[in-house]
Amino acid sequence: MSDAKRTAAEKADFKRELTEVVPHLRAFARGLCGRADMADDLVQETLLKAWAAQERFQPGTSMRAWTFVILRNAYLTDMRRNRFRGEYDETVAERVLTAPAGQEEPIHLSDMHRALLTLPPERREALLLVGAGGFSYEEAATICGCAVGTIKSRVGRARAALNSMLSEGNIPQRSIDDHGAHRAILEELDEVAAGQGGSRA
Amino acid sequence: MNSDTPKNPQRSSAGGPPPTSAAQDKASEPDWANGLRQLYDEVVEEPLPDSFRNLLAQLDSKD
Repeated sequence: MSDAKRTAAEKADFKRELTEVVPHLRAFARGLCGRADMADDLVQETLLKAWAAQERFQPGTSMRAWTFVILRNAYLTDMRRNRFRGEYDETVAERVLTAPAGQEEPIHLSDMHRALLTLPPERREALLLVGAGGFSYEEAATICGCAVGTIKSRVGRARAALNSMLSEGNIPQRSIDDHGAHRAILEELDEVAAGQGGSRA
Repeated sequence: MNSDTPKNPQRSSAGGPPPTSAAQDKASEPDWANGLRQLYDEVVEEPLPDSFRNLLAQLDSKD
């Protein structure tokens, strides 16, 4: 970053790359906050922040990773302001995800989504980045601003929780519907936002 | 083993474990794991709402 101001060509490149990652930002946001309308608001906020901060983007690096950092920080801020409460999006298709061999009920995509939204935010985002977005642990750690080991631990715990919920069919109907749970999540968010989330994964 | 090519110099000096990737865990993934990718990919493949086209179109005038 030698020049403070970008040339017109650089701006055009930035905008093209930014446009290309919008579908990924929408997918990440949908996974984080559950509801499609809130997720899209979050992405719009992210796009405006990214555009305003474009001189801090290093050309040649990953636009997806860079914008995901902006999106997650905006999400954490909004979450602390109580805008998102992990509400479940009823529009997720009731698609059968797995059909177990035995007599058990099949797992639906909506079960998956609901189970995901019950996870603490830092585990949910770690699992989304690695398990859905296809980021490496190293990339996910960079995006979340924590150690690689922390990401591995969060992903492991998230997977274990989903495994237990989905295999036992024990998925809460609502993810965050009591004050105690909500307060606990806000406390965790403060730690995550302060970069201390690594101490307890 | 040529997977250790020091493309990233930070890694070669650490002497720690080799870089890990989600792909290495694939073999041990439970049945539901591809549901996560489905949830994600489903949104990625949605047509972009007009509100985003409008926002992107307006960015250039925001300097």
